[in-house]
Amino acid sequence: MNSELPFLVELIVSAFILTGAGFAVIGALGLARMPDFYMRVHLPTAGTTLGVGCTLIASVIYFSFSLQTLSLHEFLISMFLFITAPVSSHMMAKVALHTGVRYVSHTQGRPWPSRTQRPSRDNSQILTEWPKRP
Amino acid sequence: MTDSTPPAAPARDPLWLRLLPHPLISLVILAAWLVLDGNLTPANVLLGAFLAWALPRMTRRFWRHPVHVRSWTGLVRFAIIVIWDIITANLQAVRLLLKSPQELKPAFFVIHLELTNPVAITVLANTITLTPGTVSADLSSRQERLLVHGLHVPDVEAAIAQIKARYEAPLKEIF
Repeated sequence: MNSELPFLVELIVSAFILTGAGFAVIGALGLARMPDFYMRVHLPTAGTTLGVGCTLIASVIYFSFSLQTLSLHEFLISMFLFITAPVSSHMMAKVALHTGVRYVSHTQGRPWPSRTQRPSRDNSQILTEWPKRP
Repeated sequence: MTDSTPPAAPARDPLWLRLLPHPLISLVILAAWLVLDGNLTPANVLLGAFLAWALPRMTRRFWRHPVHVRSWTGLVRFAIIVIWDIITANLQAVRLLLKSPQELKPAFFVIHLELTNPVAITVLANTITLTPGTVSADLSSRQERLLVHGLHVPDVEAAIAQIKARYEAPLKEIF
């Protein structure tokens, strides 16, 4: 494998990797900074879309130049990720609604009552006790 | 193979359609397999063809209706719109992150769906979740309403109208 690439290619590849890493950091910061669960689900999406996307573009360019063949595996990765990542976000939000996870008081609108939630079980008790646990 | 055909119709389908009930899914599996393995030897193509035949058969209970794309140009245009929206929404997410979380206006809102095709609804919900700033949180039991949580929604009505015009209208034409 020839590891010596033209300077311009190296520049483009590193720019894409840094951008991708930047969006991954933004996703992680958003996860740490947001006040409630539903708001925390949002920003990691930035890491999975543009964060991984930019890294994969960098990978396509790098391996296409160094192996002298068009590298297509990366598009499969992004395809699988674009199909599966939203499903997990959706399921997390759905489970949060199901278990009655609280949202910040200035949230506009109200979710409908979860149809899978059993009315007999009061899940809010679990959540009020949550911070008290050692 | 329209939806209005009587129930006895499957028996009269051409032979290739009975062997390959979901040609589009089979084609995608074959292409994914060949790209994944990266060589075009006859043995590999044969194995990919076997998987493309067997996997839709094994999962056929999940596919009540064949996946049918009515407008390929519409699909390509929709993909370009979604990729563009993902990029702009990411940049907007950066701006929202720099704000104080107390200034954000999160919201739950309900979208009344005009789509009826399950594949189209899946694609719509996936698209909403893929763009940072909105997550589809639940689908009503009759698949007629979609509950969405937005991270920063100053105008709820405008957000609903934008999702309906930008994503739902093209999807109605595609599927």
